[in-house]
Amino acid sequence: MSDLHSQTVAYTRDTMLPPAPPPVRERGAIKWLRENLFSGPFNIALTLITLWLLWLALSEVLPWMWRGIWDAGSVTECRARPGCALRAGGAGRLLGRHPGSLAPARLRLLPRRRTVAPAAGACGLPHRHHAGPLHRPASAPAGVHGRRPLPDRLADLGGAIWGPAMVALGFVLGWAVWRLLLPRSNPGLAFTGGVLAALLWWLFLTGPVAGMLARLIPIALNPVPSDRIGGFTLSLLIGLSGITLSLPLGILLALARRSDLWIVSKAAVIYIEVIRGVPLIVWLLVAQILLNYFLPSRWSIDILVRVIVMVTLFAAAYIAEVIRGGLAAIPRGQFEAADSLGLGYWETMRLIVLPQALTISIPGIVNSFIGLLKDTTLVSIISLFDPKRMTDTIRATTEWGGIYWELYIFVGTVFFVFCFAMSRYSIWLEQRLERSHR
Amino acid sequence: MKATIWGAVALLGLAGAAQAAVLDDVRARGVLNCGVNPGLTGFAAPDANGVWQGFDVGLCRAVAAAIFGDPNAVNFTPLSGETRFTALAAGEVDMLARNSTWTFSRDTDLNLDFVAVNYYDGQGFLAPRSLGVSSAKELDGATVCIQTGTTTELNLADFFRINNITYTPVPIANDAEGRQQYLAGACDVYTTDASGLAAARATFENPEEHVILPEIISKEPLGPAVREGDQDWADLVRWVFYALVTAEELGITSANVAEMAAAPTNNPEINRLLGTEDQYGAMIGLDPQWAVNVIRAVGNYGEIFERHLGQGTPIGLARGLNALWTEGGLMYAPPFR
Repeated sequence: MSDLHSQTVAYTRDTMLPPAPPPVRERGAIKWLRENLFSGPFNIALTLITLWLLWLALSEVLPWMWRGIWDAGSVTECRARPGCALRAGGAGRLLGRHPGSLAPARLRLLPRRRTVAPAAGACGLPHRHHAGPLHRPASAPAGVHGRRPLPDRLADLGGAIWGPAMVALGFVLGWAVWRLLLPRSNPGLAFTGGVLAALLWWLFLTGPVAGMLARLIPIALNPVPSDRIGGFTLSLLIGLSGITLSLPLGILLALARRSDLWIVSKAAVIYIEVIRGVPLIVWLLVAQILLNYFLPSRWSIDILVRVIVMVTLFAAAYIAEVIRGGLAAIPRGQFEAADSLGLGYWETMRLIVLPQALTISIPGIVNSFIGLLKDTTLVSIISLFDPKRMTDTIRATTEWGGIYWELYIFVGTVFFVFCFAMSRYSIWLEQRLERSHR
Repeated sequence: MKATIWGAVALLGLAGAAQAAVLDDVRARGVLNCGVNPGLTGFAAPDANGVWQGFDVGLCRAVAAAIFGDPNAVNFTPLSGETRFTALAAGEVDMLARNSTWTFSRDTDLNLDFVAVNYYDGQGFLAPRSLGVSSAKELDGATVCIQTGTTTELNLADFFRINNITYTPVPIANDAEGRQQYLAGACDVYTTDASGLAAARATFENPEEHVILPEIISKEPLGPAVREGDQDWADLVRWVFYALVTAEELGITSANVAEMAAAPTNNPEINRLLGTEDQYGAMIGLDPQWAVNVIRAVGNYGEIFERHLGQGTPIGLARGLNALWTEGGLMYAPPFR
């Protein structure tokens, strides 16, 4: 066999040929292009049109981006140079008008003096009369204050660092009294006791104790009046306050709406429907203008506080409905199981129902929060300097009169970053809390 | 029951608002609340440090200086065209210096008091040179950018009706939006007060490509306004403004006011204004030095004008109607006597 073979075949390959690469047209980028972009006349046409459109857009945008001028002093100076683009200073103003307004932690030593010259304005103020970050500048001469009606004094508590700290302590105190009384009396009495203790603390002790502490340890936050807060600082301030305050309120409202108590549930329904049925802009205008008709002129509540309250109340109505959806998704068996374990209403809610309902509601809640953050730009209509209004203000100066795109793109980008981050966080949270499929 | 309580609360509030004298409220608050334009080049806008600057802002600062001796004791509340009078009526601001036109219906029907005219303006048209229009009467069929809630909106309708031509309005909210829409070609012409048009054109990339048409189609006496019901407060604002005009007439400037106020001069009117003779300040509830404080803080009328609107600024407006009466303008303050 082998003889025959060796004579008839001059050469025999004794190893495998290495596989040849596919033809050029059938591999790599070219294959991908052929299959995905140029597979037929229709796709070829689409590809060419898309390329042309991309060229149109990028040939304008890319040079604008790369050859931007970041250090011009005014738009005329910028225009004198080739490729005039975003103004760094303008962007800085959009982020926050007050240099210290983003840094509430900036501590400042207060002078150990009882009175400070009125000329010191909002920066150096007597201990008892600090303007808080949310309070109008108290540049009134010392002595005008004296003994004033309660709402005014309460408004002044927002000063320094000790006032808010002592107010927060009131909540802790109320909670502690409630916990102490709970094992010894019935829950209703314990709750009343807690509320009473907190109220007494706020009414009679907060001011003196805060004053005393301020004298002993004179640290304070730099007061920033509302009209100095603007740009994204303002948006974030309103947005974050609204988010943190509206969630608990929304949960309570959702529970109230599903309550068996007729008055409670009807009150929640009326609240939700009224708040939700009227546009936010109208509520903001109510906060700005209508409240002044009802309240005496002495009780000037700071505009920023009014706005935060309105935004919170508005968002709470939406959150309540989202959470009610989550509550409705909990099977009856869960409630019955809780009942059979002998759990009371609040324990059932806290331990069994709400953890499940809130997990279900996360996408809806975050959806509302994203909407809320973007809605903060509506405050421009009631004369607060949100980022959008800030763009108008920048244009109203003679230096930057003609700038449009750069400002809008910047505002849009920053909002996108915030909203996208919130959206990703919600997805992460959902996956983390998805226990049923583990 | 609930309704009754709310009604009572509302009445109490109204009563409280009506009784209190504005000056007392301002003093107790320690700061003047002044309504201004949210952003009109030269008239009112915060600068890069958030400090309000402008011609109308100067008047707010003057009133604050008269009351407190401090031109910075002002809360500036930016108000849109639609909400400005409501905000004033609601007590959100003590006075309005927001380039608002003094008209019959605003003065009577809206319960406002316009206390003076600090700028005589008139409505004009801004058009691209390429449109080839040399007169506003040739604007038949044009689209016009127009700010809502302003007198210019009504003047525009009147003008086109009188001349029997048609137009399509493009409503806009504020001056910045108007410029943007105009430059983007959303409208053929932009109409607002001529001062605003000059300010807008100054910010354009190619100002020479745009013309302000020769017709001035309205009278726009812009002035500060206060709520009706407190005549003393109206008097105060009015005479702070007249002090500015009188100071220019008498040659008192921020530079020489300290020297002129140091001792009585030969001119009795200067002495009365600056408080070195008689006690005019007490008559409006102010310190005798009130006018000195005002002029030292903001300068006289001419200085304010030149600083924010005049030939030295990019806006470059001439005094025109706003010159003193002695120089052919309309600025004429009643005598300090």
